[in-house]
Amino acid sequence: MSSAGQARLPARFAVSAARRRRDLLARGLILTATVIALVPLALILYYLLRKGLGAWSTSFFSTDPTGNTFFKTSSIGGIKSAILGTIEMVGLAAAMAIPLGTGVAVWLIEYGRDSWFAHAVRYFVDVLTGVPSIVFGLFIYIVLVVGTGSSYGAYKGSFALALLMLPVVTRSAEVILQLIPSGLRESALALGAPRWRVISRVVLPTALPGLITGVLLAIARAAGETAPLLFTAGETLKTNYGLGEFMNALPVQIYRDVTSPTTAVVDRAWGTALTLVAMILLLNLMARLISRRSHVA
Amino acid sequence: MTTADGLPSPLADMEPESRLQSERPQQSDGSQARARIIGDSARLATPTDNAIVTNQGVSVTLRGLRAFYGDAEQVKGVDLEFRANEVTAIIGPSGCGKSTMIRCINRMHEEIPGARAEGEVLLDETDIYDPAVDVVAVRRAVGMVFQKPNPFPTMSVFDNVAAGLRLGGRVRSVGSKAELQAKVESALRGASLWEEVRERLHEPGAGLSGGQQQRLCIARSLAVDPEVILMDEPCSALDPIATLRIEELIDDLKRRVTIVIVTHNMQQAARVADRTAFLLGGELVEVGPTQQIFTTPSDPRTEEYVTGKFG
Repeated sequence: MSSAGQARLPARFAVSAARRRRDLLARGLILTATVIALVPLALILYYLLRKGLGAWSTSFFSTDPTGNTFFKTSSIGGIKSAILGTIEMVGLAAAMAIPLGTGVAVWLIEYGRDSWFAHAVRYFVDVLTGVPSIVFGLFIYIVLVVGTGSSYGAYKGSFALALLMLPVVTRSAEVILQLIPSGLRESALALGAPRWRVISRVVLPTALPGLITGVLLAIARAAGETAPLLFTAGETLKTNYGLGEFMNALPVQIYRDVTSPTTAVVDRAWGTALTLVAMILLLNLMARLISRRSHVA
Repeated sequence: MTTADGLPSPLADMEPESRLQSERPQQSDGSQARARIIGDSARLATPTDNAIVTNQGVSVTLRGLRAFYGDAEQVKGVDLEFRANEVTAIIGPSGCGKSTMIRCINRMHEEIPGARAEGEVLLDETDIYDPAVDVVAVRRAVGMVFQKPNPFPTMSVFDNVAAGLRLGGRVRSVGSKAELQAKVESALRGASLWEEVRERLHEPGAGLSGGQQQRLCIARSLAVDPEVILMDEPCSALDPIATLRIEELIDDLKRRVTIVIVTHNMQQAARVADRTAFLLGGELVEVGPTQQIFTTPSDPRTEEYVTGKFG
């Protein structure tokens, strides 16, 4: 195969000019689509960093919002209550939704399989995935606020967020568990392992990195939700730790600040948004590091 | 006809079949298998001698075994004995029910949705399809090696072998860490893998070569001290050298266990098996000493198959 041989290349092995053009066109279109999709992403990150970083300071993280939105910058306060509220409420919601959702997925894959009940469960999980988040808030409001005749409370917000996370966790865990080769389960069963041990010691550890991805998606979604919290967790500026009390949250803080006429307060909304994104990114990184340690093919 | 416990035997009404009632294997004590499967604690090996017990193989007898996938009958009434501490090869064309049949011997067949089995499978004298039988105990007594090597991907070489003991809940009866290590080493030696992996016991099992992975899977099933090992085309994914090593290993293992091996490779059957059974369309055509099946089969279909006229 000398380079001089190119001249004598038989016509049937040569790439035709028409195909070369079509190839270029197709590549160009796909590349353009990719760039178009990247533009808003890059802009979001750019504005978040440019406007958000300016709002960051030590007091931004260490003080509560004062509620004073008309005077000089120093008196509007930070977002301490929102950060702690989001961590606490999303944490509680995750503690409820992750085991429950994973459990449902394990049941669907390992036990329910093709039974009519399993199909019904799958269908309703799909329906739940499509329910707008405000509907979950409304449901909790009707049941736990109006229904009990009590006031708002952080744990009610957590319930709403948990409902929101549940179908996301279930669906992603089910997809991942489905991917675990059945040969793995069979070889474990053939060793004389009871089914629950096969699931807890072989299937779930093998699926762990995938399960974590699904859980992170659900957490990210819940952490960014305003609507389910507005009339479940209530609105407050104070840092509260009790789960029965009103609780602030990052998205609620953004919603409140961004409608303000004062520039400094709108800037705080950007700082809050950057904080939210940074927190989710950090969580993501931590989870990746942890799951990498369990070297899975 | 009663069993050792004085219970009426489930076989009492059965027509005695001379072919199946051939000589009882000399070494094994029927009560051993029965105690392990029924969970008769009095006769179970005590934890202290558990660490050193190496079971002898037991015989496996199929009586009128039928296996179904939904309504489709895949194994159509097979009567067959696998003698203790012998290697029996099962040959036959694709789809003739070989794999399905051996999956009935450790009750893995029923793990497939819609699959079920009828008839009897006797481990020594105990019918493993008896409703009182614990299916988990059956699978500890009857190990299985699959076509594709499938070490647990999350576990190291050591943990893969220990998995049989840990997953089966035997780790407490093994006792100390040193005893567990001894058991793992002995299982790896049993699978003639020890020398190759002793330096990398804590590396991922999936990092071994295909042939090593398959021997790792054999070690994994040996660790729980089974009496029977079923092999479902264990070499079909391996190269000739790795295949040879597994075949040598099989020859070695039959002192400890009864081996049933499904194979598509008739040379392999001729090399490793004491007896060979030919299956066709879910029915047993012929069973006999390997030499006889390959040279002077009594059924013309067997002759056609082993001489390569079909299949």
